[in-house]
Amino acid sequence: MKLARVVETVVSTINAPVFDGRRLLRCDLLDPDGEPAGGYLIAVDTVGAGAGEIVLLLDEGNSARQILGVAQAPVRTLVVGIVDEVALG
Amino acid sequence: MQLARVIGTVVATVKSPGLEGVKLLIVQPLNGQRQPVGGAVVAADAVHMAGPGELVYVVAAREAAQALPEPFVPVDHAIVGIVDAVEPVGGRARR
Repeated sequence: MKLARVVETVVSTINAPVFDGRRLLRCDLLDPDGEPAGGYLIAVDTVGAGAGEIVLLLDEGNSARQILGVAQAPVRTLVVGIVDEVALG
Repeated sequence: MQLARVIGTVVATVKSPGLEGVKLLIVQPLNGQRQPVGGAVVAADAVHMAGPGELVYVVAAREAAQALPEPFVPVDHAIVGIVDAVEPVGGRARR
């Protein structure tokens, strides 16, 4: 899984059916120390994450489909947690 | 998934089995500021309505083929949504 910060939301009307009624969040990837690592992922929210929050991203298709309860869908990235704290060392 | 801009179309008559009828578009991946990043790639249009100039989101790797009716096809990028807007996040903010 990856650490990321919620930046903005992506809104679409025409999309693959799996995204109907789901919230898509654009999340900037972070280093463990909370600095931007470069790059971002658009993820399906499963936890109700809010603006600016540090979240856990799952980036693996089989797990993502299992969590969403769909057998076939073009989805691989989910927001699966909201991070309270990261401790290093 | 990543944001991308559709910048062209591809026509291929001779294709791997399973790709018949799949629309192929050239997409330029974008960074968070909607600026081009990296090289353009060819993506299957899984929403059947994307066209040049549109902002879309694209799924890469194995999951791309899952966007198509026949999921065991040689596709590694697929357009799975046309972006209406990219907005500030609403909803709960804990801190």
